[in-house]
Formats: sequence, structure tokens, C-alpha cells
Amino acid sequence: MRPSLAAAIDLRRHAGRGFLRVTSHAGRFTALVVELFRGLAEWRIWLPRTFEQAQNIGYGSLPIVLLIAGFAGAVTALQSGYQLEGGFVPLYYAGGVVTSGVILELGPVLTALILAGRIGARYAAELGTMRVTEQIDALESLGRSPVTHLLLPRIISGIVVIPALIMIANAMGIASGFFASATALDLNWNDFTYGARYFFKGPFDLWYSLIKAYFFSLAVTVIPCYIGYNTQQGAEGVGRATTTAVVAASVTILLLDTTLAKVLLGQ
Amino acid sequence: MIELRQVSKRFVDNVVLDGVDFDVRQGETVALLGPSGVGKSVLLKHIIGLIKPDSGDVVVDGLHVPTLKRKQLSQLRQRIGYVFQNGALFDSMDVAENIRLGITDDDLYRDWKYCRERVRECLRLVNLQPEVSVKFPGELSGGMRKRVGIARAIAGKPTYLLYDEPTSGLDPVNSDVIDNLVEKLQLEIGVTSVMVTHDVRGAFRTADRIALLWQARIRAMGTAEEILASQDPAVQQFLERDFEMQISQQRLPTKSRASAHGTEL
Repeated sequence: MRPSLAAAIDLRRHAGRGFLRVTSHAGRFTALVVELFRGLAEWRIWLPRTFEQAQNIGYGSLPIVLLIAGFAGAVTALQSGYQLEGGFVPLYYAGGVVTSGVILELGPVLTALILAGRIGARYAAELGTMRVTEQIDALESLGRSPVTHLLLPRIISGIVVIPALIMIANAMGIASGFFASATALDLNWNDFTYGARYFFKGPFDLWYSLIKAYFFSLAVTVIPCYIGYNTQQGAEGVGRATTTAVVAASVTILLLDTTLAKVLLGQ
Repeated sequence: MIELRQVSKRFVDNVVLDGVDFDVRQGETVALLGPSGVGKSVLLKHIIGLIKPDSGDVVVDGLHVPTLKRKQLSQLRQRIGYVFQNGALFDSMDVAENIRLGITDDDLYRDWKYCRERVRECLRLVNLQPEVSVKFPGELSGGMRKRVGIARAIAGKPTYLLYDEPTSGLDPVNSDVIDNLVEKLQLEIGVTSVMVTHDVRGAFRTADRIALLWQARIRAMGTAEEILASQDPAVQQFLERDFEMQISQQRLPTKSRASAHGTEL
């Protein structure tokens, strides 16, 4: 067989396998989403477990979220001060840059990316381990649904907790931004809030932040749960699932960020 | 009654089951023997609907398992206890909660008093002390994990018990403990059992009938005497290799079924 013909056949085989893999994932993901909606009716099972999960991921994630948001706010204030040096633009603009930057972008995106690493990796590793150690099969063999026992509590707790964490991150970012402005830029509270109000476009900015937070919470929970739930091939598979889950959730967050900016801000 | 009719299953290019016929009658214990990786566990998972066949049919109590709807399958599974190879205990729950999950009736599952009693009863049936109930799976030995797995499988008072390699990875003493337990459960609660194993000695000791899965097909099936008398080279090869000629020295009788009526679950 000529080398060029062999390469063409090989390419077609790879393309075919890739297409089958994508359609298989699409089918399984759709089936899982349908199962999730069906499982909502069995609230007696998932509700108590949701509280446990919410407690675990909420309290556990708070320190890192506060740390990241605190640094993000402070750095934004310091860099704004550097940009506004020279006096052509009033310094109170820093208040606006910090507030808008944190609420519209840094708070939701940075928090979601951190939580993709923390919560997403945890979900994928937990479910992946349960899959390869046959715990999920065991649950099914007992006539119980893994979706209501394992997936729904994780996803719903994430949808409740993650937006709350993002709002807390927003507050922390603004607070640390003000503190940095006050100490490094000699900006007082009145000037800071004047700048913040000057750029603030009303409650829509907060709604925008919250809408993003809900979309991001879905990316942080549903994707890792799907990947962990479909883990194969032992410890190596769990490792691969965990990495894939974090990468996939992070990329989805960035894609959602761009899409929502275009759709909701109309820019 | 459990019936597998012409069941075939392949994973990519690997044919695991090729037109397998297999049946288990009410109240009997059938041991499914075969070399490692031959597809014994795959066959067992077909019975409970964890794996669907590519072709053929699996019938349990007249229900066609591959075509059952989600709810019907869930109801069928409530009548079947499955003992997993490595226990498959839930790491995040203590032993009591693991066993409680085996109580498949939702009303009973929510009845704390009943659950407490049932957990204690199941621990007694598998020869474990009540104190074990507060331990987590990580704190248990391999043999204890297997026994807790069995306790969870019987907690829902199943009609059928499926054992997936109940003695694998255990030393001979613990293997005997598990074999005794399987026999005891058969006598005390009288369930219909299928035991997947490559432990020939344990199979001859506990089973009413024995089947050999060999190269994706059931090569032989019958009582211990019939299997021993088989002239099939594959059967002889498997028995000689794994039984180390013990069979030729001491004829092991088929387990008596006369006393297998037992007490109610």
C-alpha cells in the first residue's frame, strides 16, 4: 500500500473515532442531565445530603476564596494607581476601576476558576474513586439511584454555595481594594465611593455578576460530576478524570465568561 | 429462577460471552468457576442488569432484565443481594450506615428502630460483633470487609444472593470462614445463590451445582459428581490445575440440599 494512501486511511480512522467519541459523550451527557431532572422529584433522598455537601464545600472553600479576592482587589487598586499617575485622570477613578473590575469580572471569574480546582477536582476524584471501587455499582445493585444519592446533592449544593461565595468574594475584593487605595494611593472613603458610584451602572452590574455566578456554578459542578461518574481504568483513570474535570470546567468558565459578556452586556 | 439464554457480550474486540446458556433453580446454590478474566463477573452483572447483553436474554423471575424500565429494574434489584469482590463498601459511611443502605424498602429504611435491629441481626448472621457497626470500612480487615459486604447484601432480605469472588485475596483460614458463612446463610435464610469464584475447593464445598465458564462459553454444568466425572479436557485441565489433584484423592460429595430450607429472612 502506498504511504499516502495508508496515511489517508489512518486519518479517516482517527476522524471517525473522534466523531464517535464526541457523539458518545454528547449522548451520555444529555442522558445524565435528563436523569438529574428526573431525580429532582426524589427530594427526600438528595435534600439531607445536599446540606452535608454544602457545609463541606462552603466552609472549606471560604478561606481560599477570601484570600484570592483580597489579593485581586488590592492588586487592581495598586495597578489603577500606577495607571492614573500623572494627574490627567482623577484618582477617584481607582474606586470605579476596583468596584467594576471586581464585580463584573475578577470576583466571579477568579473565584470560579479557584473553585473549579477545589470543588471540581474533589467531585471528580470522589466519584471516580467510587466508580472504580464499584461503590456506584453497589448503589445501583441496591436499587438506589446514584444520581439522587451522589450527583444531585453535589450539584445542588454547588449551585447554592458557589454564587454565595462569589458575592462574598466581590465584597472582599472591594474592601481590600479600598484598603490598598487608602494606604498606598491616599484615597479616602468619600473619593473611593464617589469613583465607585461614577462607574456603577445600577443594580444590573450586581445581577450580571450573579447570573455569571450561577452559570459558573453549573460548570464547576456538572462537568466534574459527569467526568467523575464516567471514570474508567483504576487509579490512573481517577487521576486522568480529575485533571480533565478541572481543565474542562476552567475552559467552560472562560467560554461562558466571554459569551455572557457578549450576550448580557451587548458589547 | 434465573435464566441466561444465548447471552453474548463483547468489549471492543474482546468477546467475553458467546452464546452463554445458564440457569439457576429456586433455592439452589450454583458456583460459576473459570480462570481469571474469563468473564465470570460480567455474567453475574448481567443478572442484576448492571451490564446489558449485546444479544440474548436474561430472565429473572419471569422478568426480561435487559428490557426492564428504570423503576422495574430498581424493584427487581431490591430482591437481589450482590456481594462485590472487594466489598464495595461506602468509604464515607460507617458499617451501620453501609448495612442500612441495604434495606431496600423505603418505609423500613426510614424506620430507625427497625434499621438498628436489622443491622445488629445482619452483623450476627455474618459473625461480627455489634461494636463493628461504628467502624469505617478503612478500619476493617479484608475478611471483615467481605463479611460487611455480605451483611449489606442480605439486609434487604433478598430472594437471590450473587457473590462475586467472595474469597479472593483472602488467606485459607479466612476463605474457610467465608465459605462457612455462605453455607450458613444458605441454611439459615434459604436464598437462591450464584457464586462466582476460581476457588475450586470452596465451590465444591458450598454449591449444589457447578458450572465452568471457559473461552466465553459454559463448558460444563452439573453436580460435583458430574463435574468430577467429566471427560472434557478443559474441565479436567481446570480442575487439575486449580484443585491440585485433591479431587482424585477424596471424592467430595455435592452439598446436601435436604437441610437447605432454613429459617425465614
